[in-house]
Amino acid sequence: MRVGIEVNGKQTDEEIEDRTLLVHYLRDVLGLTATNVGCDTTSCGACTVLLDGEAVKSCTVLAAQADGHAVTTLEGLADPDGSELHPMQRAFREQHGLQCGFCTPGMIMASVSLLRDNPKPSRDEVRHGLEGNLCRCTGYHNIVNAVMDASGQEVQA
Amino acid sequence: MIPAQLSYVRARSVEETLDLLAEHGDDAKVLAGGHSLLPLMKFRFAAPEVLVDIGPLGELSYVEESGDEIAIGALTRYRDLHTNEILRAHAPLLAEVAGAIGDPQVRNRGTIGGSLAHADPAADLPAATLASDAVFVVRSLEGERAIPAEEFFLGPFTTPIEPDELVVEIRVPKQTGLGWAFEKFSRRAIDWAIVGVTAVGSSIALINMGGSPVRARVAEEALASGASPAEAGALAAEDTSPANEPHASTEYRKHLARVLTTRALTKIAGEQPVGLR
Repeated sequence: MRVGIEVNGKQTDEEIEDRTLLVHYLRDVLGLTATNVGCDTTSCGACTVLLDGEAVKSCTVLAAQADGHAVTTLEGLADPDGSELHPMQRAFREQHGLQCGFCTPGMIMASVSLLRDNPKPSRDEVRHGLEGNLCRCTGYHNIVNAVMDASGQEVQA
Repeated sequence: MIPAQLSYVRARSVEETLDLLAEHGDDAKVLAGGHSLLPLMKFRFAAPEVLVDIGPLGELSYVEESGDEIAIGALTRYRDLHTNEILRAHAPLLAEVAGAIGDPQVRNRGTIGGSLAHADPAADLPAATLASDAVFVVRSLEGERAIPAEEFFLGPFTTPIEPDELVVEIRVPKQTGLGWAFEKFSRRAIDWAIVGVTAVGSSIALINMGGSPVRARVAEEALASGASPAEAGALAAEDTSPANEPHASTEYRKHLARVLTTRALTKIAGEQPVGLR
């Protein structure tokens, strides 16, 4: 089948197998490899992208379901020329909100979606808002700090 | 993991969906949010030849007052159920339960009709609709029929829906002002319940205490006869046969049912004068 999906502001138009998952469309067809496949079972959130602005796990969405819709991946957050990081990317870097980095693309996309719903979350709300994203390094403290920082709030030592 | 080969069809209306289901019968599955079906397909537990995507059918996404009932479109997402003002006012149990399913990403995709049709005994909404005395409207080219929740959950992943039928609406009697409670015990935040309890007014339905959601009838009868929350809660596991699994034995699940039901009933009793129960 043919799908037309706007990815990071650019229209893509590709012939794919009907069963193609969105994450494979992004990684294998478009070559956008920031979006990771972690558990592949809708648990870990490493594959989180924005679909029409809302966080979804792209291992559990068919590319066909995104046909005619807009997808944002981590690559789409920063300025196109890469000169300016998205505020969430900057905060993750400054707060060291990552250890091995594998969960980071999904964490950042889920965090962007979280702040869209709740611009000034409490630490508790951040933890609940990110419960769909697992960090196997268990680096959650600084991840929460990053989201607090990105939302203009105090961080904890 | 990828699903087996399939043919994807996007339905443009309920009528077209019913045509497609009538045409393909058992070979077709309806795709709503896909958060139960797609994982099954990736594991190859399900391999439908035709996938009928009803996701874009906005006509099936709504929450409306309808006399003494609330009518919920089958495609209403958990996210939208959780924040819906009508539901929060007249069926707050369902709004609360929808907001506790999975995680935000799952709630952005999962739908009430999808969860009910999937009929996972560990899922939250089937029990919540059972406690709420909901009725499910299913439609085929032959017409519509209404199936009470009590007759809908036949066993694990088993319902009376025929291959050519589609769940289109959930009707819930208004629970305005009734006490309600939802207690769920899981290992991690995003997990299914090991055991859960949904209660509204004097109705109690249990999650994962058997092959399908089940009303705690013995506890309900005790409540009606004036038992205290603790006395009624102690009877919550009567007539249940929950699964015996490595991480949760049958006896452990029964213990959880008693404890969680006592908590739920205590909460309800605290929210309104005794006697109205």
